[in-house]
Amino acid sequence: MTRQLTGSPAAPAQAVQAPQRRGRWSGRTRRDFFVFLALALPNLALIAVFTYLPLVNNMYYSTLDWTLGSTSATVVGFDNYINFFTSSDAPQVLGTTVIFTVVTVGGSMVLGLLVALALNAKVRGTTFARSAVFAPYVLSGVGVGLVWLFIFDPGYGVLSWLLRGIGQQSPQWINDPQLSLVMVIIVYVWKNLGYCAVVYLAGLQSLPKDVMEAASLDGANGFRRFMSISVPLLSPTTFFLLITTMISSLQAFDLIRIMTPLGNGTSTLIYEAYLQAFGAYNRAGYSAAISVVLFAILLIITVLQLRFVERKVHYS
Amino acid sequence: MSTLSPVSPNSATGVGTLKAPDAGPELPAQRDRPFSRANLVQTLAGGYIPLIVATLVVVLPLLWMLLSSFKQPGEIVTTDLKILPQGLNLENYHTAMTTVPFARFFLNSLIVTTVGSTVKVILAILTAYALVFVRFPFKNVIFVVILVALMVPPQVSILPNYILIAGIGGKNTLWGIILPGLGTAFGTFLLRQHFKTLPGSILEAAEIDGAGHWRRLWQVVVPVSLPSIATVALVTVVSEWNDYIWPLIITDRPETMTLPVGLTLLQNSEGNGAGWGILMAGAVLVIIPILLVFAALQRYIVAGLTQGSVTG
Repeated sequence: MTRQLTGSPAAPAQAVQAPQRRGRWSGRTRRDFFVFLALALPNLALIAVFTYLPLVNNMYYSTLDWTLGSTSATVVGFDNYINFFTSSDAPQVLGTTVIFTVVTVGGSMVLGLLVALALNAKVRGTTFARSAVFAPYVLSGVGVGLVWLFIFDPGYGVLSWLLRGIGQQSPQWINDPQLSLVMVIIVYVWKNLGYCAVVYLAGLQSLPKDVMEAASLDGANGFRRFMSISVPLLSPTTFFLLITTMISSLQAFDLIRIMTPLGNGTSTLIYEAYLQAFGAYNRAGYSAAISVVLFAILLIITVLQLRFVERKVHYS
Repeated sequence: MSTLSPVSPNSATGVGTLKAPDAGPELPAQRDRPFSRANLVQTLAGGYIPLIVATLVVVLPLLWMLLSSFKQPGEIVTTDLKILPQGLNLENYHTAMTTVPFARFFLNSLIVTTVGSTVKVILAILTAYALVFVRFPFKNVIFVVILVALMVPPQVSILPNYILIAGIGGKNTLWGIILPGLGTAFGTFLLRQHFKTLPGSILEAAEIDGAGHWRRLWQVVVPVSLPSIATVALVTVVSEWNDYIWPLIITDRPETMTLPVGLTLLQNSEGNGAGWGILMAGAVLVIIPILLVFAALQRYIVAGLTQGSVTG
């Protein structure tokens, strides 16, 4: 559409304009320079102050022994990092982060692909189902967390009622650290799988139909076509989802905060950074060090994405 | 990025047009005997059942929230589960509103979302226009700066931003909630990508007519970009409304709390079995507005949030 429009009228317009432009080059350039600054500077300044400056400040704070609210701080170099990695917190927090990220990413991608296949069926109602499945992704994590906390409630939740129906006792989802993590993971996957499903659906709908037909004429059944054609051809989508869901899982906060405020068994890096600074401890320097570790991990993932995107997902 | 682009033409623009010719060879095969038992079973098992299951898994918890918000403590604190409430009893909503200043939270959320989103959308339009249509020496460097900002997670910045905002007196103020999020990398990026696809001819025509940048922006570029601007606006509204970690940290007095933070306050005071109905009423008040916006305008929201998957 746009290409057709640019074709004819643009060329003569440029031809007419060219000599005119050259004549008042310097005045226009100078004016454009200030126009650009007037238009872009407010946004750029805000990004500089509230996105870039905090990165620098975080690194500085991470070298301090500093209680939030206190006016004095001592420079301690890398002590906060050393303390974190040598404390008993580190294996706990890093382990929880890895489990949470791997299971939520894997879970929402696999279930997302299955839901995408269901949405790709040639039946009525797929448009509504697609919206419904995507909806939890845009809802408040706090609201969603409360709704599921009620469902998981060992006393009066629907789940405990269902379990009683088959003669089982409801497990103590809140008090048992391991079950808390399972609970938060389930809800996180529920909230995010719609995103994966919709992205996978777009991928499925763009698969070349002729290849599919050729395979089915050759006698490949649905499952075989899915495994040998769809899955490999979807690899760019899979890679994109892997990166984006991994980055958002590493930043998951709302559900953890509302479902398990103490972070008992669910304290990932981001939650530990929050608890250390704003929980009971007020250890600002220590919290900043954990934030820097998290940022480094996110940076590595982003760089890996940029490096591998060309190599791994080429299928044309 | 460029490798992902083969996906885009088909899915973004070709869905409608490609389907028509492709449906041709497939349909006759399927319609051999449309009402045969084998065909019926296959349609149900392969089509409708997975679809219905997926939809129910999403809808049922939300429906449960709505139903429970009308239930009295006696209907919830019981081992004998009743699915429907006895009546449309609004007492939980009343209790939620009086236990904590819920109307205030709602108003605060409304102000933060409206002001924050409006400013962000305007900043995004201005910056994207400058990046695409105004001559400037370091435009590519600036674009990279914005791209990198897009990748910096806001969660990593909460401690430094807290110290900064609290230091200039922004704790427990609405501007303190709004200010740090105002710079917009996402909106700028999305609108820049869109502005680049606009035909140069329409702007040149306006330029020949003597229109300056300001008029070209508002009378030419903005009117033809309304769908993209709507996408940016809606995604921004959703994220401002749901934003939790920053308002949670920068407010500790009810007067300036937003809905999600206020809900945490309600959770602390009603965190026993009998309080579930009240908490569900609170959850309804947070969730339903966005659900309604999503139901009405989901096309734009889905397009904005899945950006990058099809465009690279």
